[in-house]
Amino acid sequence: MDELITMTAADLSAAMAAGEVSAAEVTTAHLDRIAAVDDRVKAFLHVAGDDALAQAREVDARRKAGEPLGPLAGVPVAVKDLFTTVGMPTTCGSKILQGWRPPYESTITRRLRDAGAVLIGKTNMDEFAMGSSTENSGFGPSHNPWDLDKVPGSSSGGSSAAVAAYEAPLALGTDTGGSIRQPAAVCGVVGTKPTYGGSSRYGVVAFASSLDTPGPLGRTVLDAALLHEVMSGHDPMDSTSINAPVPPVVEAARHADVAGLRIGVVSEFSGDGYQPGVMTRFTEAVDLLEALGAKVTEISCPHFKYALPAYYLIAPSEASSNLARFDGMRYGLRTGTGSAEEVMALTRAAGFGAEVKRRIILGTYALSSGYYDAYYGKAQQVRTLIIRDFDAAFSQVDVLISPVTPTTAFPLGERVDDPMAMYLADLCTIPTDLAGNAAISVPCGLADEDGLPAGLQVMAPPLADDRLYRVAAAVEAALEQRWGHPLLAEAKGLAR
Amino acid sequence: MPITRDEVAHLARLSRLALSDEELDHLAPQLGQIIEAVAQVQEVAADGIPPTSHATGLTNVFREDEPAPCLTPEEALSGAPAVEMQRFKVPRILVEE
Amino acid sequence: MTVTYESAIGRYEPVFGLETHVELGTRTKMFCGCGTTFGAEPNSQTCPVCLGLPGSLPVVNRRAIEYTIKIGLALNCSIASWCRFARKNYFYPDMPKNFQISQYDEPLCVDGYLDVAVGGKTVRVGIERVHLEEDTGKSLHVGGATGRIQGAEYSLVDYNRAGIPLVEIVTKPVPGTGFLAPEGAKAYVTELRDVLRTLGVSDVRMEEGSLRCDVNTSISPRGSGTWGTRTETKNVNSLRSVERSVRSEIARQAEVLDGGGRVIQETRHFHEDTGVTTSGRSKEEAQDYRYFPEPDLVPVAPDEEWVKAIAATLPELPSARRARLIESWSLSELEFEALRNAGALDVVEATIAAGASPADARKWWLSELARRANDMGIEVSELPITPAEVARVAELVAAGTLNDRLARQVIEGVLDEEGTPDEVVAARGLAVVSDDSALLTAIDEAIAANPDVVARIRSGRVQAVGVLVGAVMKATGGKADAARVRQLIMDRLS
Repeated sequence: MDELITMTAADLSAAMAAGEVSAAEVTTAHLDRIAAVDDRVKAFLHVAGDDALAQAREVDARRKAGEPLGPLAGVPVAVKDLFTTVGMPTTCGSKILQGWRPPYESTITRRLRDAGAVLIGKTNMDEFAMGSSTENSGFGPSHNPWDLDKVPGSSSGGSSAAVAAYEAPLALGTDTGGSIRQPAAVCGVVGTKPTYGGSSRYGVVAFASSLDTPGPLGRTVLDAALLHEVMSGHDPMDSTSINAPVPPVVEAARHADVAGLRIGVVSEFSGDGYQPGVMTRFTEAVDLLEALGAKVTEISCPHFKYALPAYYLIAPSEASSNLARFDGMRYGLRTGTGSAEEVMALTRAAGFGAEVKRRIILGTYALSSGYYDAYYGKAQQVRTLIIRDFDAAFSQVDVLISPVTPTTAFPLGERVDDPMAMYLADLCTIPTDLAGNAAISVPCGLADEDGLPAGLQVMAPPLADDRLYRVAAAVEAALEQRWGHPLLAEAKGLAR
Repeated sequence: MPITRDEVAHLARLSRLALSDEELDHLAPQLGQIIEAVAQVQEVAADGIPPTSHATGLTNVFREDEPAPCLTPEEALSGAPAVEMQRFKVPRILVEE
Repeated sequence: MTVTYESAIGRYEPVFGLETHVELGTRTKMFCGCGTTFGAEPNSQTCPVCLGLPGSLPVVNRRAIEYTIKIGLALNCSIASWCRFARKNYFYPDMPKNFQISQYDEPLCVDGYLDVAVGGKTVRVGIERVHLEEDTGKSLHVGGATGRIQGAEYSLVDYNRAGIPLVEIVTKPVPGTGFLAPEGAKAYVTELRDVLRTLGVSDVRMEEGSLRCDVNTSISPRGSGTWGTRTETKNVNSLRSVERSVRSEIARQAEVLDGGGRVIQETRHFHEDTGVTTSGRSKEEAQDYRYFPEPDLVPVAPDEEWVKAIAATLPELPSARRARLIESWSLSELEFEALRNAGALDVVEATIAAGASPADARKWWLSELARRANDMGIEVSELPITPAEVARVAELVAAGTLNDRLARQVIEGVLDEEGTPDEVVAARGLAVVSDDSALLTAIDEAIAANPDVVARIRSGRVQAVGVLVGAVMKATGGKADAARVRQLIMDRLS
C-alpha cells in the first residue's frame, strides 16, 4: 500500500510544505486507493477524479507562487453528501435528489477550498442523515473496512469508512443523534461533534435543525483537531452560529495531559444492552485515565434515560418540516401525473425510503394539534432537564465519559426490520445533541468477542471542545504505546 | 393501539406521501411501537419546566438591510423539472390557498 | 339574492374584523439580501434562502423588525420583550419550503387600537396583534378561462416575491357599527393605510398588492346578545371592495338565516364585477398548520432602549395631524374631510407656510386646482403649480393687484406653464386697473349711457349701481377692482 495513504493529514501537510511531495501526488495516491477498494467499501457516492486533481494542482501552484498555506493545503478530504458543493452532485443519500447539482456552496466546504483542502468526493450516508448503518441510503449501504459484512455506522457511515479504509485522511460528517461519533467508534477512527453553533450549517441540508452539527473525522486526534479548527467559526449566514473564537483544539490535541482533570463516568450508560467486550474496553480506558493522573468519579444524570424518546420526538418533528420542500416542483425528482398535490405525493412516495417516511409521519403526528403538548412540547421540556443534568455534572467534573455505542459494528441486515433496535445505537450519544455541547469518540480498543473496534466518548460543556482533544489525545497516546501501533494497524480486512 | 391505519393514512395525506396499501399496513404497528416508546417522555414531571427550543441562548441575530448578490435566473431554475417563460412550471393546483 | 342590505341591517347586528397584510418597503427581503423591486423579470431576485434550496438558512432583516415595532407603536400596541418566529406548515407551490416562517403565539406587537371616524363618530378598532412573516411567490395559472386556478392546466411560479417581509395586522372583532359597518370597515382600512404611509414603512398600494385585506363578517339577530358565525372574504383588492364585500356578506348571511339555515364558517372569494362573494375553502376542516418555534432563528428580544429609539422617530400620525390642523385652521370635521379626500392637506399646509391665510389656501386648492387635477386625472400635488405660487396669487389679490377673476386667469397661466404668477400678470397684462383717472373715464361713459339707471340710483335704489359697475368692468376688460369702481360711481353721483 502506498505510504502516502497511510500518512496522517498532519504528516502529509508537513511533507508538502517541505516540498517532499506535491499535492497532485498525494491526491493521485488517494484516488488510486479509492479505485482499488471502494468497489467493496462503497464509501463514495461521487469521486471527484479530475476535478480533485485540478484542485490539487491549484494548491501546488499557490505554494509555488509563495502563498502562505495552512495545515490542510493539499490534504484530501471526503465530504458527506449532505453538504452542498458546486460542481459535484449532492444527494443526501436520497433518490429524491439524485443528480441534483446545487447552485451554491456550503460555508464549510467553501472554507476548506479556501484553505487548499482537496475535496476528493462525496460520501454515502443514511438518507437525509436518518439512521445508524447506511442501510437507509437510497444507493445501497457502505461496508465496514474492518469486516465488510458489518455496518460502518452512520449516518456519516461513508465518511468513517473512507477514513478507516485509507481512502482519505480526513472526512466531514454531521452529528444529530450521534452520527459522527457512532460511525467513528465502530470504524476505529476519531470523530467529533463540536459545540452546536460552533460550525456553520449554511449549505448543510437540514435534518433536525436544532441538533445538526457538522464535524470532523480522522484517523488521529490531531488530524481531527486540524480539520475541526479550519471548518469551525462564526458564519453570518447561519443565525444559530455562535459568535465566539474557535476553542483552541489543535493546541489541546498537542498537549495530551490529564493530570488533575476531574472526569465523571455517567452511571446510566452501562448494564443491560451493552456488549461485554465494549464495556471491558471502556472500563480499561477509565482505569487508564486514572493512571494518567485524572480524578475519576461516578456521576448520575437521571434524565438521560429520557433522551432517546425525547430525541425521537424532536428530530422527526423538525425533519418532517425540513423535508417538506422536497416535492418535485423546483428541483430533484418529479414523477407521476395529475394535479400538483398528486405529483407531490407520488414524487415523495417514490423518492423517499422507508425510514424517512416513518419519521415524517411520526413528526407530523407529534406536531399535530391535540398531540403537540404531550409529545413535542413534553420532549422540549425533557431537553431542558437534560441540559440541567449536564450543568449539574459539569459543576463537579471537567468532562464526562461513557462508551460511544452499546455494541460494536452489527451485521448488515441485522436491524433493518427493527427500527427500535436501530435507534438504540444512539443511546449514549443523544444527550449531547439535545444539550448542544461537545463530544468526541476516540478508539479505545477491540472487543474480545469479535475483534471489532470500540470507542470512548468524552463529553465537555459548550465551547469547551478543546478539553475533548486534551483527553482524547492522552488516551490515544497511552493506548498506542501499550499496543505498539495505531489501532487501525490491527484491521485484518481492507484496512491494511 | 396507539395509532390506527386510518390515522396513518390521514398523516400521510397531510405530509403529501402517497403510501401504498402494503406500506400503510406495515406502518401502523411499527409506528405504534415507536409512539409507545417515545410516550415515555410523559413520565417526566415537568410542571414549571420551560421547554428548550434553542440550545445556544442566542437572541437578536440580525442582518442589515443591504443588498447581497443573488442567483441568476438560470441558476435559480437550474434544477427545475420544467420551465416556461423563465418560471417554474408546475402541474395544475387543485385547492386555492 | 332577494334580501337587500337595507332589509338585513334592519333585523341583524353586524360584526366585522379585518386581517391586513402589508408588504414592508425594505430594500431587501425578510431573511436574505435579495432585492424587493416590484415588476422585476421573473426569478431574477432570488437566492438559495428565498428559494428554500436544501441547506439554506434564514437571517432576520433588522429593518423589518424596526418597521414592525414602528407600526405596533403607531397602533398603540405593547411590544413583546421576547418573541420567536414559528413555522406554519402546509404544502403549496408558491411556498418554496412548504412552510412559511411566521409568528404564532408570540407576535411582536399586541393589544392596541386605531381610532376611526365613521359617520361623524369615533370608533375605536381594537388591534389584536401585529406580527411579521415572509411573503410567498406568485403563480400564473395557465389554460383556464379566467386566469384563475379553476380550470387551469398548469401554473407558472415566480419566486421574486417569496421572502418579502409581510406584516399581518389583525383587528379584534368590531361590533356596534350597525348600518355603518361597511363604511366602518372601509374607513378602518383607509385610516390604517394613511398611518402606514405616514410612517414610511410601505407604499401601501392595494393595486400592486403591497396592502391586502381579508374581511371577516358575521351577523346575529338584533338583541340576541350573541355573535354569529363569521366568514372570511379574500380577494378584496380596493377600498371600495372592502365596503362592498361587507355589504354583500351581511345581505347574504341574512338570507341564509332568514331561510332557517346556518351560516357556514368558510373562506369566500369576492368578485369585483358582480360585487358578491362565492364559496371557497370550507374552514370547518380547519388546516392543521402544526406550528412550532422556528429552529433556524433565535428569539427576537427588543430592549427598552431600542423601542424608545424607534418611538422617537415616529412622525406625526394622521389622527394627531387632523386634530392639530382642525384647530389651527379653524375647520369643521367635514371641511377637514374635504381637504383630506382631495389629497390637499400637504399642499394647503405648504401654502399657508408660504404666507397665505388658511381660508385662502383652502379656497384655491379646493376649487380651481382640485377641478383641474380631477380633469387631468392626477393628484393636486402633481399639478404644475407650487404652494408658493398659490400663496403669491393670494397675496396679489389681498393687495388689490388682482381680483378673483383675474387671479383665476393667472392660475391658469401658471398651470399652462407660462411662468410664475408675476410673469403671467406682466405678460398677459392682467393687473387690476388702479389708476382712478382711467376708471373715471369709463365711469362717465357708463353714466352717460344709462340715464334710467342713474335715475333709479338717485331715487334710492342703490343696488342698481351694479349695472353701471358691470358696464365699467366690461369696458376695462374685467381689470378693475369692482369695489373701487362702485365707490367712484357713488362719489360721482352724489
